[in-house]
Amino acid sequence: MGNMIATRDAYGKALISLGKTNNNVVVLDADLSKSTKTAEFSTTFPDRFFNMGIAEQNMMGVAAGFAAAGKVPFVSTFAMFATGRAFEIIRNSIAYPKLNVKICATHAGITVGEDGASHQALEDIACMRVIPNMTVIVPSDAVETDAVIHAISKFNGPVYVRLGRLAVPVINDSEAYSFELGKGVTLKEGKDVTIFATGMMVSEALKASETLKEHGINAGVVNIHTIKPIDKDLIIKKAKETGAVITVEEHNIIGGLGSAVAEVLSENHPVIMKRIGINDSFGESGKPKDLLEKYKLTASQIVESTKELMTNKRIFESKLRG
Amino acid sequence: MSKYKLLEGKAVSIRKNIITMLNKSGSGHPGGSLSAVEILTTLYFDEMRVDSENPGWNERDRFILSKGHAAPVLYATLVEKGYFPKEELSSLRQVNSMLQGHPDMKGTPGVDMSTGSLGQGFSASCGMALASKLDKLDTRTYVLLGDGEVQEGIVWETAMAAAHYKLDNLVAILDFNGLQIDGPNDIVMGVQPLADKFRAFEWNVIEIDGHKYDEIINAFKKAKTVKGKPTIIIANTVKGKGVSFMEDKAGWHGKAPNDEETKIALAELEVI
Repeated sequence: MGNMIATRDAYGKALISLGKTNNNVVVLDADLSKSTKTAEFSTTFPDRFFNMGIAEQNMMGVAAGFAAAGKVPFVSTFAMFATGRAFEIIRNSIAYPKLNVKICATHAGITVGEDGASHQALEDIACMRVIPNMTVIVPSDAVETDAVIHAISKFNGPVYVRLGRLAVPVINDSEAYSFELGKGVTLKEGKDVTIFATGMMVSEALKASETLKEHGINAGVVNIHTIKPIDKDLIIKKAKETGAVITVEEHNIIGGLGSAVAEVLSENHPVIMKRIGINDSFGESGKPKDLLEKYKLTASQIVESTKELMTNKRIFESKLRG
Repeated sequence: MSKYKLLEGKAVSIRKNIITMLNKSGSGHPGGSLSAVEILTTLYFDEMRVDSENPGWNERDRFILSKGHAAPVLYATLVEKGYFPKEELSSLRQVNSMLQGHPDMKGTPGVDMSTGSLGQGFSASCGMALASKLDKLDTRTYVLLGDGEVQEGIVWETAMAAAHYKLDNLVAILDFNGLQIDGPNDIVMGVQPLADKFRAFEWNVIEIDGHKYDEIINAFKKAKTVKGKPTIIIANTVKGKGVSFMEDKAGWHGKAPNDEETKIALAELEVI
């Protein structure tokens, strides 16, 4: 694993590159430009940056208006306020008319850290995923973030991109990586179990698969960067190949990646499954690392859950054989 | 034909179409549609630069019905302007119709923004006006608000932003008929002093009689002369205007006329 870079930092840089090539790109922020990393765009392209003040609802409505007039607005604030406070404006003014607004929200998940539960969005994927016309993407690292931001600028329609505050390992190769919307990325083939992970948990899943190898468990790892539309074919294929599935996300286990994968599999190819994420609770203040430990979002937790799942898989399969 | 005669003629036809389409659909909002007839008639037949043959023209003036429940007045006006055939009106609120209960920009030619959830159209209009400024276009954005609508918090977020960005290409019109679903504004949730509130938000405020063409036309003209500030025209109106038994009655906010009431209403409108 390489450098540590926060996906929000990669977002800020990608915006500068986009700003140079696409004059229709405008950026809106709600007094958080230093944190969301849109600040550099604001100084590089001051005419195309609009600080909307601490008024997220209006910011989303204004973005809808920009898009209706042919602009490509990138809208940033913390995930909590974007998807929570402004939810209904996103639903009615952006998604319903299918307007070309890119909601790039930072500070998602528990790794917001010290600011605590009020600022830790653990339900944003669920909130966005349930809205028709909405595409939902959670980049796993800086390389993927850069590719995502460029790709969605060429895609016509509303998109939610979930970004983080914490510096996370760069796991993708910037030369080789190519982003395909809606397509999961198989990072490791496996025989015994498939770990589907999203966002910063992908690197933890990769670490876990190494440890699992030492325990004699051959675990595959798939990066599901697009939560919606979800890569049904790949999820079914992997479930068929390995017969057991684990999902890992820095989000409530209700409504996020785990739910999306369970929906696909329960209707197409049910296999034994375990969802790892925040277990329907709020977060709290603390250092990101301590919070990840406490809320069991670590490679070692994935290892433990996988071992347990393997036991259950054997019981499940022997029952099936009857 | 004089300008006023033309506008009056259009308004009669728009009012009749509002009544007829609501009777047919069996639900919808007559009160707040009828109060805004003169405002929309003036916008589409005197004020705005639009082309019904080319609804997506980027250099058009835009109109956003932020009080989206008044969709019938918008649909009737768009028909009058030639955006789509009158026959469509009879499908209002029916399944598979291009005329949704609240405006849908994807389905209806001439609708510049999907609205219905109050306050949001106002916010979108601010984005459109900003986009015009950015592109250095001389297009103007007009947005119609209801009086109850200003109880939504987003309205004041937008008011703040439009003034901050000095959107003198944005004109809001407030259809001030004084009534909302549960009764008079003053009883439900007081909104006054509206003019002072918008002045305090650094808007140019013009107060008029929203049923008098000369006052509406002059207000739009005055708005154009004001630089560096958005304008709001507070149009004093009568809810249900033009149909005697609907006038000034909160009960006609969201109720369609039955056949008998429709007959009476159409007969009244005929003699105007």
